[in-house]
Amino acid sequence: MKADLVIVGGGPAGLAAAISARDHGVERILLLEREQELGGILNQCIHNGFGLHIFQEELTGPEYAARFVEQLEARNISYELDTTVLEVSPEKEVTAINPVHGLFSIQAGAVILAMGCRERPRGALNIPGYRPAGIYSAGAAQKLVNIHGYLPGKEVVILGSGDIGLIMARRMTLEGAKVKVVAELMPYSGGLKRNLVQCLEDFDIPLKLSHTVVEIHGKQRVTGVTLAQVDENQKPVPGTEEFLSCDTLLLSVGLIPENELSQQCGIQLQPVTQGPVVSQRFETSVEGIFACGNVLHVHDLVDYVTQEAQAAGKYAAHYLQGGRRQGAPIPVLGTGGVRYAVPELVYPKSLDDSILIRFRVGQVYENHGISVYLDDERVLHRKKRVMTPGEMEQVSLDRELLAARPHLQSITVTLEEEKP
Amino acid sequence: MNQRDLICICCPLGCPMTVTLENGQVAHVQGNSCKRGELYGQKECTHPTRMVTSSVRVTGGVLPLVSVKTAQDIPKEKIWACMEELKTIRVPAPVKLGDIVCKNIAGTNVDLIATKSIPSQ
Repeated sequence: MKADLVIVGGGPAGLAAAISARDHGVERILLLEREQELGGILNQCIHNGFGLHIFQEELTGPEYAARFVEQLEARNISYELDTTVLEVSPEKEVTAINPVHGLFSIQAGAVILAMGCRERPRGALNIPGYRPAGIYSAGAAQKLVNIHGYLPGKEVVILGSGDIGLIMARRMTLEGAKVKVVAELMPYSGGLKRNLVQCLEDFDIPLKLSHTVVEIHGKQRVTGVTLAQVDENQKPVPGTEEFLSCDTLLLSVGLIPENELSQQCGIQLQPVTQGPVVSQRFETSVEGIFACGNVLHVHDLVDYVTQEAQAAGKYAAHYLQGGRRQGAPIPVLGTGGVRYAVPELVYPKSLDDSILIRFRVGQVYENHGISVYLDDERVLHRKKRVMTPGEMEQVSLDRELLAARPHLQSITVTLEEEKP
Repeated sequence: MNQRDLICICCPLGCPMTVTLENGQVAHVQGNSCKRGELYGQKECTHPTRMVTSSVRVTGGVLPLVSVKTAQDIPKEKIWACMEELKTIRVPAPVKLGDIVCKNIAGTNVDLIATKSIPSQ
């Protein structure tokens, strides 16, 4: 089998990348999806709040996905469901397996990685206790409730206040469970502010910041958890332990880009995002292999995933039409509170557009501004009233700014305090 | 005169807003960055509303549930009545995205609509 472009993953990133690549002239596209339907995680995100940037209206997850599936079908783009990709080689041979074709491989001209991310599991947390039933990652519980129609428990404690945890606090409550508390290790919530209001405050669910679960009780089934306050180093404070009875513990403790295939392929990963290092064209360290969406870095809004994937689709098309990166790259550095910046590399000789740099901050910053330096020269500064780790930030750099500096060594994104 | 601090829930920006009330009436809204925010501020302090999203049982479909939403916001105090009524609904497959699953849910004059298509088995 041969294809011009193979896309791994049929969630929001894969769908938008496929549509964009076709619109930029790529004929033979094959999209491979592990699940039995397209749409990825959007299928279980039945709450509203998606699409305000892309469609200027508020959609639920399934509605947002349906719009892209429709566009994919209208373009007759081929896809295979129930298909697990086993390997992507640096020569862009993709090996996959499904019940219809068995084991098969496709020689692609270019590959877009759009595998999304995975939830951090209990094993990553070092919480002592047995391994009773009743411990779920928040996303797994979401799938049980929203897709399969099962309520995983009746008395619930949620650890982690990321958006999935907050959404599930509301969802479990609406379905008749009692959510006793949402505990958050950090002194701030990792979720969107609107979700604190409409998921917790609306239902009088307490949020305990700087708290964590130090022990899980129960042998067959969870019978309770011990909660404790933590100090500024996130260490439990002795004497603050409190027992809470519950039959279910949901974990919403972070997402990790799913990059086993990328690693196997020898693609260079970034330690902070745990996603591939990419250029402004979303091309990884292996030429002709691109990455976008949550496999690259975990996004806060699906709209930004779509935009990023549209760009990746465009650049993959460009690559297939003979466009290659030119010259040497310069690094994009995140400093002074900026945890990471994507893209990590810019090829100034291959610039065809302005560059959108996306990043996250390491803690809550009030009255700071985002600054961009080209070498030592500040070329951009924008005030921000509040920045939080839960929300992605972005700055756009004009192509002309870089074109005017042929000997540029680095681009730095940093935070600077605003004088009151 | 009294003031209420709110976080706007209209979009993921989550603008912090201050609503000034005079004699129970909204005098003005500050801190919003769009028209939707202003309307939210007014509504939240007079008659708060929410959109409800949930799921309803499907019979004979490829999946056991179809996701649904209220076509518009409903009064906040009607959320529980809406959830109770929703539990009793069974829709036969196929269901198409946008289908009305229940008219006038919980007497709100708002319809409950499917947000996903579920083909027949």
